[in-house]
Amino acid sequence: MNYLIGLLSVVFFILAISVIAKSMKLNKNLAEGEDESTPLDSSNNSNAYGMLIFWLLGTVAGVWSFLHSLPDFLPEAASKHGIDTDKMFWVSMAVVTFAFFATNTLLLFFAFKYRYNKNRKATFYPVNHKLELIWTVIPAVVMAILVFTGWRTWRDITSQAPSDAVVIEITGHQFGWYVRYAGNDDNQLGNQNYKLIDETNSVGIDFTDKNSFDDFTATELHIPKGKPVLLKIKAQDVLHSVYLPYQRVKMDAVPGMPTKFWFTPTISTDEMRAKLNNKDFNFKLNCTEICGRGHFGMAITVFVDEPADYKKWCAEQKPFLATNPSYLEKVPANLKAKASKYIPAEPIATDSTATAAAL
Amino acid sequence: MSTATTHAEEVHAHAHDHEHEHHEPNFIQKYIFSEDHKTIAKQYLIMGILWAFVGGSLSILFRLQLGFPEMQLDWLRPILGEWIDESGKLDKEFYLALVTMHGTIMVFFVLTAGLSGTFSNFLIPLQIGARDMASGFINMLSFWFFFLSSAVMFSSLFLETGPASGGWVIYPPLSALPQAMPGSGLGMTLWLTAMAFFIVSSLMGGINYICTIINLRTRGMTFTKMPLTIWSFFFTAILGLLSFPVLLSAALLLIFDRSFGTSFYLSEIYIQGQALPNMGGSPILYQHLFWFLGHPEVYIVLLPALGMTSEIIATNARKPIFGYRAMIGSMMGITVLAFIVWAHHMFVTGMNPFLGSVFMFLTLIIAVPSAVKAFNYITTLWKGNLIFTPAMLFSIGLVSLFISGGVTGIILGNSALDINLHDTYFVVAHFHLVMGSASFFGLMAGVYHWYPKMFGRMMNKTLGYIHFWATFVGVYCVFFPMHYTGIAGFPRRYYSFTALGNGREEAFTDLNMFISIAAILTFSAQAIFFWNFFYSIFKGKKATQNPWNSTTLEWTTPVEVGHGNWPGEIPAVYRWPYDYSKPGAESDFIPQNVPYSATPESNLPEENEEIANEKAIESLLAAQNESYNR
Repeated sequence: MNYLIGLLSVVFFILAISVIAKSMKLNKNLAEGEDESTPLDSSNNSNAYGMLIFWLLGTVAGVWSFLHSLPDFLPEAASKHGIDTDKMFWVSMAVVTFAFFATNTLLLFFAFKYRYNKNRKATFYPVNHKLELIWTVIPAVVMAILVFTGWRTWRDITSQAPSDAVVIEITGHQFGWYVRYAGNDDNQLGNQNYKLIDETNSVGIDFTDKNSFDDFTATELHIPKGKPVLLKIKAQDVLHSVYLPYQRVKMDAVPGMPTKFWFTPTISTDEMRAKLNNKDFNFKLNCTEICGRGHFGMAITVFVDEPADYKKWCAEQKPFLATNPSYLEKVPANLKAKASKYIPAEPIATDSTATAAAL
Repeated sequence: MSTATTHAEEVHAHAHDHEHEHHEPNFIQKYIFSEDHKTIAKQYLIMGILWAFVGGSLSILFRLQLGFPEMQLDWLRPILGEWIDESGKLDKEFYLALVTMHGTIMVFFVLTAGLSGTFSNFLIPLQIGARDMASGFINMLSFWFFFLSSAVMFSSLFLETGPASGGWVIYPPLSALPQAMPGSGLGMTLWLTAMAFFIVSSLMGGINYICTIINLRTRGMTFTKMPLTIWSFFFTAILGLLSFPVLLSAALLLIFDRSFGTSFYLSEIYIQGQALPNMGGSPILYQHLFWFLGHPEVYIVLLPALGMTSEIIATNARKPIFGYRAMIGSMMGITVLAFIVWAHHMFVTGMNPFLGSVFMFLTLIIAVPSAVKAFNYITTLWKGNLIFTPAMLFSIGLVSLFISGGVTGIILGNSALDINLHDTYFVVAHFHLVMGSASFFGLMAGVYHWYPKMFGRMMNKTLGYIHFWATFVGVYCVFFPMHYTGIAGFPRRYYSFTALGNGREEAFTDLNMFISIAAILTFSAQAIFFWNFFYSIFKGKKATQNPWNSTTLEWTTPVEVGHGNWPGEIPAVYRWPYDYSKPGAESDFIPQNVPYSATPESNLPEENEEIANEKAIESLLAAQNESYNR
């Protein structure tokens, strides 16, 4: 850190000194009188050299800071499409870095080279159609290639999720995420309605839909490695955005408009821990759409399990109905029998009496 | 030079015969409720500078939080009061208010009003040869609506519940529901009110600019003889005129949703233990409407900067701008395309992915005219004879920043890559370089270049050089490293990065500290400008009539430009504005009002043919005078 601050202060210090030196020289020259026909002053050359120095220091600082930050960038993508987009990102980055470096070099170098010289006259060079055509076509072609590859990847990413995808509902609210799984029996999420939300039923599961009966909720996201995962994304109050940095997944959560994103995780939590040599590593799900006071802390932990482990974890989860049997009363009469299967034997008796009493 | 002076004298020698009536305006008419475009321009400029100071200070406050998350900020309590919480930290909601207001102020009040408002007003009549704007009264109203808007927006900073805090894009439902955050209460109401006034101001200004450019050009000033500044103001005004009303409608619908129970943007919301009755609205609708202005807005702030830069680079390279027509063509291309790329801000909002594909194609097309412009600037420097005035330095800085920030647009405009980068610091770095800093540099270049015409005095050049180098180095130090945190996936508008986990916050602690220090130093360096600007108004060296040896018409006016701009006849225009270092010419510049018949030694063959038209141009004088006396 001190190193960085030092570097910056040195740059500013050099600039200050050089300019002060220039201005002193300027004052001297003022006394001697200058060429009145141009707004020129004796700092002209210093400013020209400034361009060169800026280029040099800028290049060194740019390269050094990039190499310095490189190890701290997001590690290798942990999803199938992420590997593609990462590759494309670095290819595009190489192209634009080249363009950035070449044009800035020309700009600063020309500024230096063609600094004012009394004995020279600027070249009257108003137009050259051939040149203009060349530099219209080249960026256009490069752009077309980049766009085309980008478009193909985008098309694949946003295509219909495979029918065997694991469906998980994720709901953003101020300030956290609710996760609901389709359940161990039907892999179908039941309906949901925001008007049914209460303190326990935090996502508003609709128990008139039989697909809801085996749904279970969790406070962390478990997904199987190597299987397509379809996130059904919802928001309860304001906009949120699902961001899985390592899986390169991002999609807004919009109240009143369900969104989705499907992807295939390729690296499990354990593999990533081994890879980064960090036992405490965990994938995260963050929020990237401003949503209020707690926006920055709106995160849950994501576990990418081996398929077998994932199955095991799912099997251990109890349906919402099983942990909250009182919601059985919301089930319509014709489905009660089906729903009762999910109610554990013991509490059923007490609960049904309670319901009966209430009735 | 000699030709210029002779001609200027000729103009002065003319009898003072136009019948424009000269009342001596009293103090209020002259400096406050003035209808003179030059005074209005200065009013906009000074407001812009004051707003820039406010907007900049806000950014320093949140940079303190981001760079030094552990820092005790109790010492700010005398200014910020309760916004510093018990533990001596910035309040989390106030942090969001800071980023929101920083964005709003900088985009609208500094770079739209301060830049376009100042220079469109100042330069359009002077450079096209008009006595004033088409409607001085509407022009005055335009400024005072801006003032009203400013007053409302500024007052919102002092509310107990804080100013608007939902980000400068104020996406509903966050901005629509006061229960979602305190800033969405009265603060948002005032934000919307202020923006409504701002849009009114902007529209009145824009209509005036367009009318003036179309109708009040002096004799001989055809469209293809207009300086690129005027072209850029023209396109800017068209952009504003067509897109600001859409923002107004977005704001109105939001006002309805907030205050009258409609559901344009609201649907199926459960908040604070309560299910709201609103059904059927779409928050995405707001985003479409907002970005339909929001994207052209980028060019509204950028085009004037690019136009002025063209002028300044040509003047100080002593060389015609390369590809004058290509420059106009690119600006026209940018103007048209600016309207059909807005949804690239919305790739991951849940919008139909097919739309994403369409907008990706359109977005990357807009990179082509932008690239052409950059290449043309560079070629203009090639084999020039460069004089580094502070304005020239800032213009070169602008081109550099325009490129550096522009290239990453190619990455962000690619929807597949945008998935990971959307709403991260990569975006922050991108638009702060290409739009924020580049336009700011354009503003500075314009001030340094036209200051002698505005105030009849020169700014101190040496201070200008120090200001430039400190700002140029500083801006790169602040925004370039943000690409790194962006690639590392740091989301924007985060109060702190602790929730990213896995030691990622710690990895960039140094870098964030570096950015904050650089930001503080760069902001402090603006004090040099501040002082130079206000000191030179009163104590600067007296300016000469044409201090930069420039060709455009504003330099044919007297040093102290009076009401009506030219004491005698308005000069006629015979040639394009970029006759610098013309082969055969005695002087290295030939002003636009010098006829070809006066410069046989340097005329190109096709220009000799134009001598025949000079009589026709001159004969328009009577009609031109007539139009002012109606």
